[in-house]
Amino acid sequence: MQEFLQHTLNGLSFGSIYALVALGYTMVYGILTMINFAHSEIYMMGAFAAFYLARFAGLDTPSPLNFTLGILAGALLAAIIGFFVEMLAYRPLRSSPKMNVLITAIGVSILFQFGGQIIFGADPKSFPTLIEDRVLFTLADISIRLVDMLIYFVSFVSLGILSFIIFKTQTGRAMRAVSTRPDMTPLMGINNNKIISTTFIIGSALAGVAAVLVSIKYPKIDPMMGVKIGTSSFVAAVFGGIGSLHGAVIGGFLLGLGEYYLIGYGASTYKDALSFLILIGVLLYKPTGLFGTTRKEKI
Amino acid sequence: MKKLLSLLAISLLVFSCTKKTDEILLGSYSSNTGATATFGVFQLHGAQMAIEEINAKGGINGKKIKHINYDNKSDGDETLAVVNRLISQDKVVAIMGEATSGRSKIGGQVAQQNKVPMLTSSATNTEVTKIGNYIFRACFIDPFQGMVMAKFMTENLKLKKAAILRDIKNDYSVGLSDIFAQKLKAAGGEVVTDIAYQEGDIDFKSQLTAIKAKNVEAIFVPGYYNEVALIAKQAKELGMSMPLLGGDGWSSPKLFEIAKEAINGNYFSNHYTTESTDPKTQNFVKDFKAKYKEDADVMAALAYDAVYLMAEAIKNAKTTTAEDKRDETVKLQEFRDSIRDELAKIKDFHGVTGKMSMDANRDAIKSAVVVQVQGPEYKFITSVSPN
Repeated sequence: MQEFLQHTLNGLSFGSIYALVALGYTMVYGILTMINFAHSEIYMMGAFAAFYLARFAGLDTPSPLNFTLGILAGALLAAIIGFFVEMLAYRPLRSSPKMNVLITAIGVSILFQFGGQIIFGADPKSFPTLIEDRVLFTLADISIRLVDMLIYFVSFVSLGILSFIIFKTQTGRAMRAVSTRPDMTPLMGINNNKIISTTFIIGSALAGVAAVLVSIKYPKIDPMMGVKIGTSSFVAAVFGGIGSLHGAVIGGFLLGLGEYYLIGYGASTYKDALSFLILIGVLLYKPTGLFGTTRKEKI
Repeated sequence: MKKLLSLLAISLLVFSCTKKTDEILLGSYSSNTGATATFGVFQLHGAQMAIEEINAKGGINGKKIKHINYDNKSDGDETLAVVNRLISQDKVVAIMGEATSGRSKIGGQVAQQNKVPMLTSSATNTEVTKIGNYIFRACFIDPFQGMVMAKFMTENLKLKKAAILRDIKNDYSVGLSDIFAQKLKAAGGEVVTDIAYQEGDIDFKSQLTAIKAKNVEAIFVPGYYNEVALIAKQAKELGMSMPLLGGDGWSSPKLFEIAKEAINGNYFSNHYTTESTDPKTQNFVKDFKAKYKEDADVMAALAYDAVYLMAEAIKNAKTTTAEDKRDETVKLQEFRDSIRDELAKIKDFHGVTGKMSMDANRDAIKSAVVVQVQGPEYKFITSVSPN
């Protein structure tokens, strides 16, 4: 029982990371119906932004202030990169076939992976301890740790801010409008490009937050760090129903839990196979995922 | 016709370029960047230091060594490309192989096909030298490391119940794990659970939680420093205090940089210790520190020894004279074959990592040491001889 609880806790903690990253995939898909494969590299750049800020601004000592600054730096730089990637790589292709944008996204992803290896060096770097981890309290023989709690806390705050923006603000309303009828929104006075940029900025900032949280918990960063998490999060988004926000969150948590139970109870070799099995299963039997809706093609 | 002539002219030009006979071209490939970059950089530094020393003393039989090194970016496909380039484009006489087993195997296959002698400095997987009769190694093999750690666990630490946490995609890790399990059983111990992870994973909590529930006395983690550092950190976070045991893949300054205090007190088998009293080792440690401003890692020491070993073989190899009017490629192949034969004859070679002899399987027979991690330093605990 204690072991089960520990697996659950670990799974939920990583699941919230998947959820944050999956939101970026799902938001972009919702608004542009394209998969932004460069999202996992924006995640990676977020971690490196926080790393260099901490290192060169001397903010690498454990303190709540440095922790907050690190998260904000990761979010800010990821947002800036997301904005430019959309503007420079995807916007010029707005009217070309979907396949072109998709291939461009893969190209941007590779550019960042290998450009990162040239600029940052391919060897892993040790991420500074931005907050001293300690046991907060012990529950049924399981120690609840500060960093895990912070991961939950920051994830939920980010999700809260996101749903506020989407459902309570004018911009959010515009985003939802663009995602349903991009051809009609300009008639309502909405600047589609501006709204799409905003979507990229928000999605990328979430990835940046996730990256810094992960780097604090697992202090090893390298230019290829986004690949594994990116793939799993993408699967989480598809599983939850791509385009659906709460689908991405629930998909993230379920995938996190699934992976941890799988490793914990014997089949550790098949951890990565699980995400792909889910992907194949979803595509075969329920292409819309858990919460996705089929979109009618209108002529 | 004109085309043919110009082609002939170019080939003559190329020919005369490669004909420079006062140099010995020694090739090497290493992971100077990428996931196991510290292995590659230390390997490169160790080899360069040895070559500079040899050249400063007048080279081999009056000829200077010219070292051609390519970075394989810690990547298998890249390895294939650079080894081919060393052999067919640079026409090296012999190749110094990679620090890791997986990529030494890839390079070794190319070297064997082209009949070029390859000496790897620290690839410990058994399969590496089984590729063929041109592939040698200047270090001990995984079964020996697995045996050393099983022996150390039962005899020195007096522990019986172990868990294995292996990197399932890594030849080195799988090889060490299998032998450890076998030897531990033979020594009266027991492998309670055997769990896998994959290179590149960052979270090992569920594996560790499963191990924790089994009440083991030690965990054998024969992976590379990247993952081992995170495993040690997370084991401490889960409140697990049993010792972690491992192999020479732990040996890197990054191990402590990433894991911090969590890795302290754990043990791994290694090729040499800087605490050795042998003056040869002491000088090497001192010179290396002076030259590169950091402590000589084991990969550097092994690469240094491997170059001297190779130089010994090249010195003894039969050379052809300038009067020999046969084709250059034939002469080069004869020289390569002769180096191969001389490598196989190496006996009681005294290097900075100890005495070694080549056995019939082209593996070096030498002792191992067990060290304990204490911050960035490794404290010598015991030495285990091959017999």
